[in-house]
Amino acid sequence: MQSQSMFFKARAGEKLADIRLQKNLAGLKDKFVGMRARAVTAYDSDGEAGFEALRDAGAEIRDRVLDNLDVWLELFEANAEKRGATVLWARDGKEICEHVIAIAKQHGVKKVAKSKSMLSEEAQLNVALLAAGIQPVETDLGEYILQIADNEPPSHILAPAAHKNLDEVADLFAAVHKTPRKTEIPALTREAREVLREHFLTAEMGISGGNFLIAETGSVALVTNEGNGRMVTTLPKVHVVITGIEKIVPTLEDFATLMRLLPRSATGQEISNYVSMLTGVKGAADPDGPEQMVFILVDNGRAGLVGSEFQEMLRCIRCGACMNHCPVYQTVGGHAYGWVYPGPMGSVLTPLYTGIESALDLPHAATLCNQCGVVCPVRIPLPDLLRKLREKQTVAGLRPWSERFALSAWAWLAQQPKLYALATRLGVRYLNWLAGGRDRIAVLGLAPAWTEGRDFPAPQGRTFRELYKMQTTKFTKGTKFL
Amino acid sequence: MKVALFVTCLVDLMRPSIGFAAIRLLEAAGCEVSVPASQTCCGQPAFNSGDRAAATALAKKLIAEFEHFDYLIAPSGSCADQIRTEYPGLFADDPAWRQRAEALAARSWELTRFLVDVLKVDAVPGRFDGSVTYHDSCTGLRSLGIKTQPRQLLAKVAGLELKEMPESEACCGFGGTFSVKFGNISAAIAEKKCVNAQAANADAVVGGDLGCLMNIEGKLRRMGDETTRVLHVAEVLAGINGRLGMGD
Repeated sequence: MQSQSMFFKARAGEKLADIRLQKNLAGLKDKFVGMRARAVTAYDSDGEAGFEALRDAGAEIRDRVLDNLDVWLELFEANAEKRGATVLWARDGKEICEHVIAIAKQHGVKKVAKSKSMLSEEAQLNVALLAAGIQPVETDLGEYILQIADNEPPSHILAPAAHKNLDEVADLFAAVHKTPRKTEIPALTREAREVLREHFLTAEMGISGGNFLIAETGSVALVTNEGNGRMVTTLPKVHVVITGIEKIVPTLEDFATLMRLLPRSATGQEISNYVSMLTGVKGAADPDGPEQMVFILVDNGRAGLVGSEFQEMLRCIRCGACMNHCPVYQTVGGHAYGWVYPGPMGSVLTPLYTGIESALDLPHAATLCNQCGVVCPVRIPLPDLLRKLREKQTVAGLRPWSERFALSAWAWLAQQPKLYALATRLGVRYLNWLAGGRDRIAVLGLAPAWTEGRDFPAPQGRTFRELYKMQTTKFTKGTKFL
Repeated sequence: MKVALFVTCLVDLMRPSIGFAAIRLLEAAGCEVSVPASQTCCGQPAFNSGDRAAATALAKKLIAEFEHFDYLIAPSGSCADQIRTEYPGLFADDPAWRQRAEALAARSWELTRFLVDVLKVDAVPGRFDGSVTYHDSCTGLRSLGIKTQPRQLLAKVAGLELKEMPESEACCGFGGTFSVKFGNISAAIAEKKCVNAQAANADAVVGGDLGCLMNIEGKLRRMGDETTRVLHVAEVLAGINGRLGMGD
């Protein structure tokens, strides 16, 4: 996906003005936040160690992998190959596309059924497949909706079409499927199933992502709710798994621990409707399964984070809790962020994967409220990472001249107490003059962005330091404060 | 007990009554309160803007000004957290300063938490005839664990009734420089906070951080709400309510 992250401000402005989107986002927030909260409360009341201890365990598993990622990857590769799978490596999106097209050509593939894969979004795989004369069909319901809506990008990593409501989907299905307009969700999903069934049966190749790669067994684990993942990975004769190199977990035991965290954090479920563990190719005694299984393990910026100050970001298990709980995401939605990953995790990953200079706004587009940090199932300190990215921008001279000047001038002044006292004394009088006797300032020339959407409360009249000096000096009358 | 008040730059400039309220509360609890005259800002705006050098310089200045007192008290969760949680990390490569930063960090407290957890006060001087709803500011809440302390203190104010708002822990959208870098998003988040605050149907919105309070008050007024007052928790506890006139 071509990054549009440099246009965050403009896109966010459009999203704020989109009344229908605002309604959809409010509903989404209530749903996701409420569901997670109930699941965590239920887990805590079940006794044993609570959810906070589980988060510690999740972070420990992810760190154990990341501290020796190369070793675990080699172990995974050896075990996957033992079971008849092929393991390929891709440095970037371009190499993902090259691998997939080569595999498709080798097997004479005309149609590919896909279950959800964010890495195929990173690689713009569908564009490359179409250019090579291969038809990609998205089979995750949300992704399918977006594909038939003229290939809209996803706005959420779990619920890609979260920005659309029932009415919009009903209109879309009627227009694209050329069927009578349906308004009941079961009727709409049945219609999608009917369309997709045909594709499952005719696709020669299935592409999936992977929630986890299990090193000790060479398996990929898929966590889904719709069942399309099972069709994609078992019906076609070729199954290609595209996933990031950081998705490794050492053992099935570790996977079980992470599975206690993932669905609860994501959708508030104790467990997702489907958990598939796929290991190797179809055996002689197996009734179904792919004849070819290929893993494409992707770097695309990940290896560079190992051992860096941003390594903690690679713990991410893609639950979406950070965006569900983010006041900024809740207000502008996922599309404003401009690339594959929105919300707090996206604001860290986008500059790291696409270049710090091509996403200058994202690390700053956060109030640092740390709601993301306290819900993250693997304890990624997202606000700290955003702040580190801000530091990198400053060091690289990427902040606007005016901002750097204002900050430097203020920081210098704050180190000269006498001058600072004088400046604030004058400043407070200027603000008072602007207020003109009222308790608020409606237009603040120094910070117009503040007063566009709200008033600026007027100061009380003098600085604390002036008043304190007056009331502690013998010959001056006291203030009314003490 | 010798405590030093870190007034915070925003209170100094915008709302001195909060500083005086803090002094009244600390003195009522038996503290000897000093206000170091050369204090300015803790450096949080620089730190959060990615200017580590400026943040470090301001941290050194503040440490030197406050390290000789028993405690540093700030009427702000986010400023107290900057000193308590972030200062030591600024001196990762400077053991001497790191030690000084850690020593001060351990003795730096947000006002309401200090009054409850350290001083264990059982009475406050304020009186408030009406109802208030409490906004939990993000940094105080999620980094310093300030949640029950201000409510315990408000419960001791004669005449005061506490009415909880929906989602009191949700961010108000202030976020320091975020409020002007992304003014429209900030104001939109503030609107949600104000709708929740109004749903409590209280006479005043009360909180522990002036930045959030200015954001909430500014949005309430722009929404046409002329009656809901917006007050700092120290003002309510000390009985210094609202915009008093200045004596000359």
